[in-house]
Amino acid sequence: MSGNLKLLTDTLARARQEGRAALVTYLPAGFPSVDGGIDAILATVDAGADVVEVGLPHSDPVLDGPVIQTADDIALRGGVRIADVLRTVREVHAATGTPVLVMSYWNPVSRYGVERFARELAAAGGAGCVLPDLPVAESAQWRRQAAEHDLATVFVVAPSSTDEHLAETVAAGTGFVYASALMGVTGARESVDEAAAVLTRRLRTLTDLPVCVGMGVANARQAADVAAFADGVIVGSALVATLLDGDRDALTRLTAELAAGVRPGYPASAVPRFSTAR
Amino acid sequence: MEHDFFFPAAPGSLPSGDGYFGAFGGRFVPQALVAAIDQVAAEYERAKADPAFVARFEDLLAHYVGRPSALTEAHRFAEHAGGARIFLKREDLNHTGSHKVNNALGQALLAQRMGKTRVIAETGAGSHGVATATACALTGLSCTVYMGETDMRRQAVNVARMELLGAEVVPVTSGSRTLKDAINETFRDWVARTGDTHYLFGTVAGPHPFPAMIRDFQRVIGVEARRQLLERTGRLPDAAIACVGGGSNAIGLFHAFLDDPVRLIGCEAAGRGVGSGEHAASLTAGEPGVLHGSRSYVLQDDEGQIVEAWSISAGLDYPGVGPEHAHLHTSGRAEYRPVTDDEAMHAFRLLARTEGIVPAIESAHALAGALQVGTELGPDALVLVNLSGRGDKDMDTATAHFGLEAAR
Ligand SMILES: Cc1ncc(COP(=O)(O)O)c(C=O)c1O
Repeated sequence: MSGNLKLLTDTLARARQEGRAALVTYLPAGFPSVDGGIDAILATVDAGADVVEVGLPHSDPVLDGPVIQTADDIALRGGVRIADVLRTVREVHAATGTPVLVMSYWNPVSRYGVERFARELAAAGGAGCVLPDLPVAESAQWRRQAAEHDLATVFVVAPSSTDEHLAETVAAGTGFVYASALMGVTGARESVDEAAAVLTRRLRTLTDLPVCVGMGVANARQAADVAAFADGVIVGSALVATLLDGDRDALTRLTAELAAGVRPGYPASAVPRFSTAR
Repeated sequence: MEHDFFFPAAPGSLPSGDGYFGAFGGRFVPQALVAAIDQVAAEYERAKADPAFVARFEDLLAHYVGRPSALTEAHRFAEHAGGARIFLKREDLNHTGSHKVNNALGQALLAQRMGKTRVIAETGAGSHGVATATACALTGLSCTVYMGETDMRRQAVNVARMELLGAEVVPVTSGSRTLKDAINETFRDWVARTGDTHYLFGTVAGPHPFPAMIRDFQRVIGVEARRQLLERTGRLPDAAIACVGGGSNAIGLFHAFLDDPVRLIGCEAAGRGVGSGEHAASLTAGEPGVLHGSRSYVLQDDEGQIVEAWSISAGLDYPGVGPEHAHLHTSGRAEYRPVTDDEAMHAFRLLARTEGIVPAIESAHALAGALQVGTELGPDALVLVNLSGRGDKDMDTATAHFGLEAAR
C-alpha cells in the first residue's frame, strides 16, 4: 500500500493555482481523547484546512511551548498509543480525502521501528512525516523508508540555518519545506517576524518545493501576512489553545477565519510587515 | 604544547567526525540549533589548539580551582571493603565543591571566545548550576540556570548559592520537575536565543560535540589520579570507580585508563531497586534511544516515551546517560552496576564517620560500589574512587534520611 505524498503535492499545487496559500492545521492525536481528537481534526477540515498534521504526543517535546506541552501531557496521561495516532490518520483521511501528515519527535518512530512506522503510516493513508528533531545528516534510514512507501519527508528549517544547510535540506526533503517563522518553540506570538519572509526568499532561490511557514501564527491577519509570500500557513498552538479552553466553536471559528486569511483579498496588516514579492 | 591540567583526548580517539562512539552519539537536534552547535564545535577545535586559551584555562584550574586535587587514601573506610586499599580522588576539594567546575570554566571561556554574553545551564543537584554561576561571575557573563522544582526543594542550599553568585534560577514545573525537564527547558531557551547565548551543558550527554568536549575538560581527573597513584603506590589500580548520572565525572576518571589493564566500574543510581521501577539505571535497565540530542541508553517505554527516573540523589536522577558510556557498556570495556539509595546512604555516613569526609550523595554511590568491589577483589586489591563532590548541599536529605537531631 503506498502513501499519499502525491496527494499532498497536488493539494499544495492546487492552492497555488488558485492564487492562495494552503492552510495546514496541527492538532495532537489523543487530545482531548482519541475520538475527541479525531472529531476536532475533522472540524478543522470542514472549516477549511487543506492539509492536516497529526501530532504524535511525546514525553519530552523540546521544540514545543507550554500549550502543546500541556496537550501532549493530557494525551499521554489518557494513554494514547501509536496505534491511536495511526487510527486518527486513517479516519481523518478516509472521511475527508485530505492529506494527513504525522509530526513526531524521532525517538518514538525510531523505537517503534522505522520500517514498521512508515509501512503502517502509508497503509493508514498518511501522506508523510514532519520530524522536527531529525536533521538531514541522521535521516538516511527514514528517507529510504519514506521513498519506499511514497511518504513525504518534511524537514523544518529556521532563520539561523546557513545556506549550506538549507541547500542540503531542500535536496533531501519532499512534499514541502517547513520554514520556522522565528527562532523559538511553538506558541502563538503577537506578530509574525520579518525573518519568515527573508527565510522564504532564501529558500525560493534554492528549490521549487512549496514553502510552508509555521510557528507563532495565531490569527487570520497573521495568516494573510504569511500567505503573501508562502505556499502554506501552518497553525498549531492557537488551535490547540481553543481546545484547552474546551471551546469547540472557537476551534471551528478560528479555522474558518484562518482559511479566509490565506485567500486573496483578506486585508493584510495595516502597516505592511514585509516587502515580499513571490 | 606542554599541558598541566587540560588533556584533550588524543587525535584519532572517538568520537568519529559525525560524533559517534560506535553506535551511540550523533546529533538529533532541531535545524534551528545546528548553526549554534556547529559554532561550538568549530570554536572548541580552535580553542584547543590556541596556546592563549590553554594557558588561561590552566591558570584558572591551578590558581582558582586549586588543581591538582588531592588523592587521599581511605584507611579506615577500607576496613569495611575487605581490606583492599582505597584511594579517593578528591574532586570535592575543588573550588565550588565538585568536578563540575572543570567543565564550567572551560565552556565559559569558550562562550567568551564566541562573543556570547549570556550563558544558560540546567542543573540537577545544583553542583553544575553553582559551578556555572561561579564561572559566569568570574568572567562577567550573565547566567540563567534552569532547575526542576523538586530539585530546588532538595538542594535548597545550592539555589541560594547560585542566586548569591548573581545567577537567575528558573524553576521548571513540567514533567518530573527534575534534571530531564530542566534540560528540556534549557534547550527551549536556547532555540529562541542562539545569537547571544551559549548553552553550558553540564554532562557528557547532549548532541555532538558536547559529549567529547566535556569529556576533554574532565579528563584531568583521571590523568592526575593515574599519575598520583603511580607515584604513591608504584602501580595502577585494579579498578577505577565513579558514579554515573550523565557520566561526566566517570568518563573524566575512566578515559586515562582506557588502554590500561584496569577495570572501569560505573555506579548507576538504582533508587529503590531496579526491580521497583523507581530508579535511574539507564545502562542496566534502559534500551537504546534518543534523548536530548544523542543516541544512547534511555529509560523508555515500548513506544519511545521517556520514563521518569528516581534517585535520592538529584544529580543522578536522569533517565539517560552519555553516549560514550553506552559504547563502553556495549563493547564491555566498562562495567556498570546499580547502587540503591540505601546502599549509597550507608556509604555516605560510613565515609563521614571513618574518614571525616562528607561526600555528595552522588559520589556516595561510587563509594558503595567500592565497598562491594573491594570485598570482591580481596585485601591485595587497589581501588581508585572518584569523590566527585562534597555533601554540604545534601544536609537536608541526609537529615531526613537518618532522622538526625535537626529533623526533630
Ligand atoms: C557531585 C556530583 N557528582 C556527580 C554528578 C553526576 O553527574 P555526572 O555523571 O555528569 O558526573 C553530579 C551531578 O549533579 C554531582 O553534583
